[in-house]
Parts: sequence; structure tokens; C-alpha cells
Amino acid sequence: MTILDVRNLSVDYETEQGTLRALRDVSFTIEDNKIVGVVGESGCGKSTLISSIINLLANNAVLSSGEIIFQGKDIVRLSEDEMRDILGVGVSIIFQDPMQTHNPVLTVGRQMMDIQYRDKTSKEKKKEAAIDMLRVVGIPDPESRLSQYPHEFSGGMRQRIAIAMALMVKPSLLIADEPTTALDATLEVQIIEKLRELQGKINCSILFISHHLGVIAELCDEVIVMYAGEIVEHGDVRDVFHNARHPYTQALFACDPGRIKEKSKNLPTIKGSIPNLIDLPSGCIFKHRCTQRISVCDTSPAMHRVSEKQQAKCHLLTQGKN
Amino acid sequence: MTALLRVSNAVVRFPVPGGLMQNMLFRKNFIEAVSGVSFSIEEGQTYAIVGESGSGKTTLARAVAGLHHADEGSILYEDVDLVGLAEKQFKKYRRHISMMFQDPVGCLSPRLTIRSIITEPFKIQGIKNKDLDAEAKRLLEMVGLSLDFASRYPHQISGGQARRVGVARALALNPKLIIADEPTAGLDVSIQGELLNLLMSLQDKMGLSMMIITHNLNIVKHISDKMGIMYLGKIVEEGSTEDIFTNPKHPYTRALLSANPEPDPDAVIDRIRLVGEPPSLIQRPSGCEFHTRCPFAKDKCVTTAPQVTTSHANHSYSCHYS
Ligand SMILES: Nc1ncnc2c1ncn2[C@@H]1O[C@H](COP(=O)(O)OP(=O)(O)OP(=O)(O)O)[C@@H](O)[C@H]1O
Ligand SMILES: Nc1ncnc2c1ncn2[C@@H]1O[C@H](COP(=O)(O)OP(=O)(O)OP(=O)(O)O)[C@@H](O)[C@H]1O
Ligand code: SF4
Ligand SMILES: [Mg+2]
Ligand SMILES: [Mg+2]
Repeated sequence: MTILDVRNLSVDYETEQGTLRALRDVSFTIEDNKIVGVVGESGCGKSTLISSIINLLANNAVLSSGEIIFQGKDIVRLSEDEMRDILGVGVSIIFQDPMQTHNPVLTVGRQMMDIQYRDKTSKEKKKEAAIDMLRVVGIPDPESRLSQYPHEFSGGMRQRIAIAMALMVKPSLLIADEPTTALDATLEVQIIEKLRELQGKINCSILFISHHLGVIAELCDEVIVMYAGEIVEHGDVRDVFHNARHPYTQALFACDPGRIKEKSKNLPTIKGSIPNLIDLPSGCIFKHRCTQRISVCDTSPAMHRVSEKQQAKCHLLTQGKN
Repeated sequence: MTALLRVSNAVVRFPVPGGLMQNMLFRKNFIEAVSGVSFSIEEGQTYAIVGESGSGKTTLARAVAGLHHADEGSILYEDVDLVGLAEKQFKKYRRHISMMFQDPVGCLSPRLTIRSIITEPFKIQGIKNKDLDAEAKRLLEMVGLSLDFASRYPHQISGGQARRVGVARALALNPKLIIADEPTAGLDVSIQGELLNLLMSLQDKMGLSMMIITHNLNIVKHISDKMGIMYLGKIVEEGSTEDIFTNPKHPYTRALLSANPEPDPDAVIDRIRLVGEPPSLIQRPSGCEFHTRCPFAKDKCVTTAPQVTTSHANHSYSCHYS
């Protein structure tokens, strides 16, 4: 079964300089029980994608076309109330900036109780559940810390509390925007394992955004690669990591310091910069930085299926070159 | 080589959470987030601090930057003790020591444009004879952001772009020591490489010293000369980065380095796993404070705190059995 089906989604931001085309014709599906990773350049639209799914787009954003079908319903066309009902029980999110989850003037305990408002259990039970969940994510002294405010926790602790809160509602789709960047490697691995375990237990799907390619490789079943507002490659994590087909994916992997064994004070980068999303160039969105570019690249490539489990958007694939 | 910064036995305390009951129970009304830390940074060198989330890294950094008062110890900058300096005298050093904060968006004032944010240090220092537009342009270019970002507000840029704004601001006054708290969290590997190459080239050109706090072990290996590993407010191991990566001694360091996920879905990683739960700062463990998590702990570890062992090349660690 498909839990989330995003079809031809486009999102614009109205800015002083003009319309910024943050997402263009984005399509993908997430199947039940799958963990799908999203990687890509900073600013390529990952957070915008998430905001569209949970209906939290900024005021100056316009969802200009597309459908977002969650458990069979197109949530873009629902009323605010209907949408809140569906998202409230089905989807939970861990934001990139944990301060977005936390209310700075309420204690962590209060916030963790509030999030359980749907449960009809007693106050004591809810408190216990909150303490248990804090323990699951490795917060020491959970009992006494319930009375503290978010700013009294370290960055990584705030992140773990956000994870704990997202898990408390037992969602069918968990969306996580860089949930482990603020954590040390031992905790990161522990949280990844917890997510896997939980996913098996409550049968949820996870949409997991991260810049840490190692974490994506270890946790995810599939990976989506985005560049400048488009999906350029999508496939089984093994296929993509072992045999990346899009030149951007290849370039991205080549920059990973985790793959560079010799100490180097000059790290590899992708030459050039992301195109101006207000004044989009014609043709392939990656062409200005692509080292394998050919003459047809001045026209837009279509998404091309290279195998049952892998697709990429590059002309080389139809020219039998990549 | 002369040390630009020399921190000795620094201690930073916070009031105990939970109020009266906890205080009566443990007869203490503070926790030591930084509990006797000593290290030094040579001119033109990069010192990395890694360690458990919540181990006091940010607190230590804030103390060095004069943003938090150290309760004990000394922080010598060019042989002047910054601890206990009145704000007036400290102001002089504020130009020299520049801090990049951990929360990328949270630390940028939401009502200021990016231009105002990155040129604010000139105003704070009362520097008047500067063309701020030209400075804004120079700084944005330095961090690879186009000029049209100048008129945007923090909520109108992506997380990674906010991180680069933080770097631009930190570089505004040509500091001598940069303290960077998680400078690359939230950046894709290509932009991360660009940012680190930028910092390293500035270091070469201007003799900049850097204190980098990060959970990203992949970058530590490439960019730092020396590193310290923190656990529960103390540095438990210190040495040249090369030594530590090839021959980690302290069990926490070994667990940490072995946890790092590899960018290969088929990697088989032989991890040293920590046991138990993160300890409490209110009631610190006896003996070696790591014994509650250590997979190698023996009886002696529970009762006796280990001395610091210094092996060759100033590689030191606190463990009975390493
Ligand atoms: N409210 C807004 N108004 C105008 N532009 C915006 C707004 N929010 C985001 N953008 C722009 O839209 C693009 C996509 O931003 P988004 O936050 O989705 O990127 P991202 O992939 O999440 O990046 P990161 O990895 O850095 O978090 C960026 O170029 C960003 O500057
Ligand atoms: N303002 C504060 N009031 C009370 N306690 C605090 C405050 N700031 C930090 N602490 C506590 O001090 C300890 C160390 O926090 P710190 O932010 O220095 O950790 P860190 O090593 O930077 O962690 P992370 O890697 O998660 O950012 C934590 O237990 C934290 O809860
Ligand atoms: S379509 Fe052309 S420019 Fe685009 S990635 Fe492929 S080869 Fe490079
Ligand atoms: Mg984002
Ligand atoms: Mg911190």
C-alpha cells in the first residue's frame, strides 16, 4: 500500500525580487513501512517539501499545482479542519530547528503532556509516558527535568525531546528533518536503531531528511536526491549508493569527506553555485555545473527509469552514456 | 609556538533543576556543566572539541567567548585572564574572539534583514567609518551567497543558508580566534567543503586560530590539528587528531569513533556499544565517571578515579585500563 503519493507538486515563494520557484513538478510515493531518505544541496527545497505535506507553508508560499495524497485522500483540496484531523493522527514531524517544536515559555513536561491530549488516560499515566519516552531517547534524570524550559537543555537534548514528542503520538507517517545532526555519533546510532525498532513495532513509514550520507545509507530503504527544487534521482538505497546515475548524485557523493580516507585540508566541492530560482535557466537544471554535459542538455531531460528500482533525470541515460 | 588561548581548570555551574526537593535530597544546589577543563590553542591551529551531547561543549565555548561567566579557573587570551574581566575591558577582546552559534536560525534576530545582521558587529563595536553596503557585499561573497540575500529576513532562507549568514557575521571584524559551534550542521557536503575550505584558507592567510565544536567526525579528521573528547563536563582524552583517529585510547573515544555511520549501505561496522543510560550531572558517578557506560569497566573503576596518562606526543587520557 502507498501511504503518501506526491504528484507533480510545485511550490513558489513570492519575494521582493520576483517569484522564487522552490519546488517544480516533484513526484514520488512512499510505501507502507518504508524509510525514505531525502538528500540534496542546502536550499534545494527539502523543508519546503515537508511544509507542503503538513500544510505549514510560509505566508508568502503558493502551492501552484499538484496533489498530495495521504492514505488515499488529496489533502491539498481538503478544508483546514479536515486536514487537521487527518494530519493530527496520521503524521508527526521532527523539525530541523527543535525550537520550532518547543514553546519557549512552557516547561518540557507541560508540552509533553499537552501533546497527548487525544489520549483519555489519567494525568499520572501521561506523565509516566512522558518520562518513559524521555528515557527512550536518552535524557538523564527525566523526572526532575520535566520542570525545565527548553533553553535549559543542550542543543542535542532539545532535539531528542522533539524526537520523543513526535514518537508519542504513534504516527503512520513520521517526517524527520535532519533529526540527528545535533547528536554525537553514539546517540545518533542509538536513535537510528530506535527509529528502526519503532517503525517495525508501530508499522509506520518515515520520510527522513539528512545531509549525513552515512546515516542515509544505514537507515533508509530508498533515497530521493534533490537539486534546486527538482527530484533528479530516486531509487533503492543500495542501487543509488553503489551506482549513482545522475551527475549531481555522483558529484555529491564525491564530496563526502566520509569517503575520503587520506587527510586533506582542501576538501572537494561541486564547482559553481545553485541556479537562481527566481530566474530559472532553460534545459537541465544541473547543466551549469555538470562536467558531463552534452548539447541536448539545453533542453529539459525527463525522468528516466534505469531499472525497476531506480530512476534519474539526465539525458546521458537515454543516450546510452551513463 | 605560542598559545593564543590557554584554558586551565575551567568550571561552569548551573543551578540544579527541580528545585527544593532535589536540593535537599542531594545537598547540592548546582551542577557542573564544565567540570575542570584545561586545554590550549596555538596560533594558527585548529582545535576540535567532540563529545557526548550535553557534555558541556557549548557551555565551555560560551565561557571562552565571554558569554558566560566561568565560576573557577582561568582563560588566558594572549596572557590576559578573561575570567572576571569587567564588560568594559572585555569589549576589546570581543573583536578578537568571534563565536558562531549552534542554532542557525534561532540566533539570527528575526526582525533584521540579512544585511543588518552581518554588519551588526560594526555597530556594536562603534565602527562608523565603514561603507556597510560594501561590507555586506564582501561578506556575502565570502560565504557564497548572492547579493539578493541582503534584503531577506532569516525566515526566508534555508537552514544551510542561515548557517552561512552566521559565518559571514563571525568573520565581519577579522577576528583572531573563531569559536565555531557546529559550523557545518545542516549543510550539504559540497557547501560544507566550501565553508571549511574558506575557513582553512582564511586561517592560512590571516593566521586565524579556531576552536571547532562538532559531532561530524568526518570533518574533524580533515580539518583539525588537535582534538579533545568531552564526557560529562571533562576532557577525557586529548591528542593530535591523527593519533586519536589511529590509536584512540579512552573507551568513550573508541565507542564514539566506531559509531560513525559509513556512506555504504552494505558496510558492516564493528561497533563498541555503550551500556546503560547517560549519567546524571546532579549525582555524578563515583570513581571513573564513565564506568556506568563503559563496556570494559572493572571493580576498580567504580571506586577509584583514574589519573591522566600521557603517552608519547602529548596524547593523554584518563582510564585505568587503556
Ligand atoms: N519564506 C520564504 N520566502 C522566500 N524564499 C524562501 C522562503 N523559504 C525558503 N525559501 C527559499 O526556498 C528555497 C528552498 O528552501 P528550503 O528551506 O526548502 O531548502 P532546504 O532544502 O530545506 O535547505 P537546507 O538543507 O539548507 O535546510 C531556498 O532557496 C530558500 O532560500
Ligand atoms: N542555561 C542553562 N541553565 C541550566 N542548565 C544548562 C543551561 N545551559 C546548559 N545547561 C546544562 O548544561 C549541560 C551542558 O550543556 P551544553 O549545552 O554545554 O552541552 P553540549 O555539549 O553543547 O551538548 P550538545 O552537543 O547537545 O549541543 C546540559 O546538562 C545542559 O542541560
Ligand atoms: S542532463 Fe546533461 S547537464 Fe544535466 S546532469 Fe545530465 S549530463 Fe549533466
Ligand atoms: Mg531545510
Ligand atoms: Mg552544544
